[in-house]
Amino acid sequence: MIGTAVAILRKDLRVEVRTRESVPAMVLFSVTVFVLFHFGLDRDSLEGDLATGVIWVTLLLAGLLGINRLYIAERDQGGFTVMRLAPIDLTALWLAKAAALFLYMVVLEVLALPVFDLLLLGPGLDGALPELLPILLLANVGLAAVGALVSALAIETRARDLIVPLLLLPLLVPVIIAAAQATEPLLAAGQSPDDLAKWLGFLALYDVVFVLVSVAVFDFLLDD
Amino acid sequence: MITLDGVVRRYGERVALDGVSVRVEEGQTLVVFGPNGAGKTTLLNVLAGLLRPHAGTAAVLGAELPRESWKLRGKVGLLAHEPLLYRELTPRENLRFQARLHGVDEARVAVVLDAVGMGARADDPVSELSRGMVQRVAAARAVLHDPPLLLLDEPWAGLDPAAVELLEPVVGRGSGKTRVVVTHDVAGGLREADTTLGLKAGVAAPVGDEAAIRDLYR
Repeated sequence: MIGTAVAILRKDLRVEVRTRESVPAMVLFSVTVFVLFHFGLDRDSLEGDLATGVIWVTLLLAGLLGINRLYIAERDQGGFTVMRLAPIDLTALWLAKAAALFLYMVVLEVLALPVFDLLLLGPGLDGALPELLPILLLANVGLAAVGALVSALAIETRARDLIVPLLLLPLLVPVIIAAAQATEPLLAAGQSPDDLAKWLGFLALYDVVFVLVSVAVFDFLLDD
Repeated sequence: MITLDGVVRRYGERVALDGVSVRVEEGQTLVVFGPNGAGKTTLLNVLAGLLRPHAGTAAVLGAELPRESWKLRGKVGLLAHEPLLYRELTPRENLRFQARLHGVDEARVAVVLDAVGMGARADDPVSELSRGMVQRVAAARAVLHDPPLLLLDEPWAGLDPAAVELLEPVVGRGSGKTRVVVTHDVAGGLREADTTLGLKAGVAAPVGDEAAIRDLYR
């Protein structure tokens, strides 16, 4: 299954590099939202819970753009049919899409967070990075696992653009709570991240649960 | 090889196949005629294991459908209305991807691309190819894994006479494979056929001769 997933992932990344349909849109959206917050809040710097909220809600909504487009090529260009005709475990498709989304989020964060730092962040990201990194990675895994599952659920529906956020956002509330709780002390001057391990553990547990759920049900989603 | 007995397939309330029965032996060609919306593409999708029959019995390549449809994976070559190719990728990239899915040696990619006369354009994006060229690449994709059963929906659509001749040993009678061919080309279809099936509004209709086939379209 891993070899098949790698083949699908390579194909997806090649298509994304040529079309530039997902990642540039996600980055542009995030930067635009940061600029809007900069002027909307009329503040030059944020910290603590407000900075945390702006970061995580922006990343989550930018992620939605990528999630909505995850299976477009499979639906419009016959990829689902191709894969259902091949002697493969269809869970490889979910794994590849989740991996692609994970990578999109990493690229988004590498590009958008420095912009956030420059435009809005008071304390600066440099000192927080060692602790912020595992939070971002674990949150990305959760978002990728659930996003790849929900996107597959919604792809054949006419109201896909509505259904994805309506299904996905409630499922991601635990991720946002844990990521925000873990991040908030890192972006507040003079606070120590005492509960970091607890929230990282929560995120890891969420990731494990949703990876297992996705692996268990994905094959049935593509059945007639 | 293929045995359908009273197969029914519905889309919601609409009946797309209504008690269709047919039998195809190994190496034979079944040609399916019928007007638009008669259920021909649905029949191909049922035979490919992509759609479940809702009633009746269906056995394809020894697999009882829908219970054993997984057994068909990798054994069917489908040349559908859509080419089932990624437009942003080149023919070679598309077929390499297919080869990995089917566990086929990548050396075969060049062989089948040459067989359909697309070796020279193998590295151009599919989006830049003409319709006939895309159809040729789609044919190469359908036979890449050397399936014993070919399901062909209007296989000659968009092809010039030279391309039809070129594809004859690939997806034509010269391939020696068991085939189910859907076509509106009555004369061409009859030349290909060992067995014929007429479909009208999902119901099998007798098509003993050319006149009966043409009646289907009235």
